[in-house]
Amino acid sequence: MAEEKRSRPPRKKKERIPRQEMPVRSPEERNRDFNEVTLGFSEELALTEAKRCLQCPTHPCVDGCPVSVDIPGFIHLVTEGDFIGAAQKIKETNLLPAVCGRVCPQEEQCEQVCVVGKIDQPVAIGRLERFVADYEREHGKVSLPEIAPKSGKKVAVIGSGPASITVSYELLQAGHQVTIYEALHELGGVLVYGIPEFRLPKSIVASEIDTIKKLGAEIKLNMLIGKTRTIDQLMEEDGFDAVFIGTGAGLPVFLNLPGENLNGISSANEFLTRVNLMKAYREEYVTPVKVGKKVAVIGAGNVAMDSARSAKRVGGDGTEVSIIYRRARDQMPAREEEIHHAEEEGIIFNLLTNPVRFIGDEKNNVTQVECIKMELGEPDDSGRRRPIPIEGSEHIIEADTVIVALGTRPRKFIAETTPDLKTSKWGTFLADEETGQTSKQGVFAGGDIVTGSATVIKAMGAGRVAAKAINEYLAG
Amino acid sequence: MHKITRKRVLAPKITRFSVEAPEVARARKPGQFVVIRADETSERVPLTIVDSDLEKGTIDLIIQDAGFSTHVLSGYEEGDELTDVLGPLGKPTHMDNFGTVVCVGGGVGTAVLYPIVKGLKEAGNTVITINGARNKELLILEEELGAVSDELIITTDDGSYGIKGFGSTVLQGLIDEGKKIDFVVAIGPTMMMKAVAEVTRPYEIPTIASLNAIMIDGTGMCGGCRVTVGDEVKFACVDGPEFDAHLVDFDEQIAKHHYYDTEQACQMEKIIADAEQERS
Repeated sequence: MAEEKRSRPPRKKKERIPRQEMPVRSPEERNRDFNEVTLGFSEELALTEAKRCLQCPTHPCVDGCPVSVDIPGFIHLVTEGDFIGAAQKIKETNLLPAVCGRVCPQEEQCEQVCVVGKIDQPVAIGRLERFVADYEREHGKVSLPEIAPKSGKKVAVIGSGPASITVSYELLQAGHQVTIYEALHELGGVLVYGIPEFRLPKSIVASEIDTIKKLGAEIKLNMLIGKTRTIDQLMEEDGFDAVFIGTGAGLPVFLNLPGENLNGISSANEFLTRVNLMKAYREEYVTPVKVGKKVAVIGAGNVAMDSARSAKRVGGDGTEVSIIYRRARDQMPAREEEIHHAEEEGIIFNLLTNPVRFIGDEKNNVTQVECIKMELGEPDDSGRRRPIPIEGSEHIIEADTVIVALGTRPRKFIAETTPDLKTSKWGTFLADEETGQTSKQGVFAGGDIVTGSATVIKAMGAGRVAAKAINEYLAG
Repeated sequence: MHKITRKRVLAPKITRFSVEAPEVARARKPGQFVVIRADETSERVPLTIVDSDLEKGTIDLIIQDAGFSTHVLSGYEEGDELTDVLGPLGKPTHMDNFGTVVCVGGGVGTAVLYPIVKGLKEAGNTVITINGARNKELLILEEELGAVSDELIITTDDGSYGIKGFGSTVLQGLIDEGKKIDFVVAIGPTMMMKAVAEVTRPYEIPTIASLNAIMIDGTGMCGGCRVTVGDEVKFACVDGPEFDAHLVDFDEQIAKHHYYDTEQACQMEKIIADAEQERS
């Protein structure tokens, strides 16, 4: 019997194509500049990867995407070699594919639920998205969507991050007049001041956002709503029929520990704004950024990884950069890919370590962080095991630069000047999840200003929801 | 773009610009500031709004040539344009009829003081202004302050004009004379504001100082302008720029101002080198 079984011809099995890896620059090379770390698929890699998609009828990936991109649809076009068509397919619901292909946590969204992923590694949806978006842009084939006839309605969009850009894109297509109010001197919000060039090139952000301008959005930079104009002035004096608030969470959280105001201690927002928005890493730009020999980054989210890796690049060979995080590696909130890249680039991880106070010299410059070792106890409200200090384990970490990356909260300019807008105790706006409708008629909100700090794609999802509701509101 | 419609050199290295910024002119109140960026590669620089002209849609800014960016800005001429002007930022000065108010201005801080003096006068206060400078040549806004104050006292460090000495000393003199003072505003170099706070502290005269903190965005995002006020940490850009002078940790502010000294020195060397190259 056994022999007979062995002599049977092998079962015909479809050859399994492995998930295609994306070319990456070596850590030694990329650590010295701000050029992009990952290099994107070639046409060949994209074609091979696209074949892995089963084109399954249930397409759970589409439901896993906060903006419901027709993923099987665009991947099918890739298999046919119609890369431009694939890019346009994505843009039916997502204006920023080159951005999302780079910074979305696909492993928690579309790729997490991919059917192929049940038996093998999931289809590399994000890499394919990035490939077709880059292909379209690099071949100068970016086309504009059709616009509905002018509605005669005016909408003010406050902020120009991912939520606001998405709302604007949808509303412009619906024929409304859109005016974007941005407080900084550039459009893009966190995409330009927060995420570093080596992870998200600013020329790509600018190029994708440019579509909004081409579709006729009026852009008002250096306008801080709540200061330069108020929401009520926009609605009552400036004639806007509806307002979308997508101002994000911009206020950095600090630890409130002794010595935290010493020189050399900054928020990740400050450090990254100097580097990204103000381009401090480039000689011809005037804004300074100071990175010493020993940098400590506090926190372990994506922003912490961005800060640590940027500090390494600004500081150069003589600079040692470490992450200080109170929980263990498994609990780090950053994407696995970012942690992996940081490790490759020589970032040191001081895990289960919590700062207690900061110590400075006679010039008030920080020199040391006193820390305490932690151990993991029972799970807390977030489901993660609670870190508990180990008594007597205080120790010193030398640091002449400290970057605090512990998250952000909403700022209060609009809440303070618009009393009929209801907020939570964290300062976020209370808005209907299904519509983005706030407590004030005609005013909608979405993104971090409603949820607290989250991801680019979640903000875009909220933007789509709000745009639909605004369209209905304006029609009604 | 924001055109410079008027330029006046008030004193050596102190320049007053009128800049087109109609939205800011319309919204601004005394005590507020703007953040400007001269061009693409420039820093973002916070500057107090000295005055505004609603009809012309302009705001007035006073710039002291004290570092790289302010040096470059001081070279701008009428007709030149600033790329970005954002504002008005910060909380406006709380205006009330306090009674008798002493406003102490030092150096270019006087520029910040002027709109506040004007506002306090309009609110019905008796305003005594002490306008101080290092020497006669550097004294600014004498005429303007005189026009909106009930009494104007001039001091110079070297005695070249007015009373020889510091504003804080003159204020101490007023208190010693038995003058009833209800409120004090101090704006100028950090050392001077600290000195004023120490003068009024024993008498428990409410005193505010306007801080000139390092900031990037000016909208509460970077936290570079953190200041310890009592046992709280505040952001000068959104919670200030004015704070209770008896609670501000001035020494911390002084230390912060020196943090970028090396970078400033490097940039200034570059200016000097460029200027020499041009000459040769």
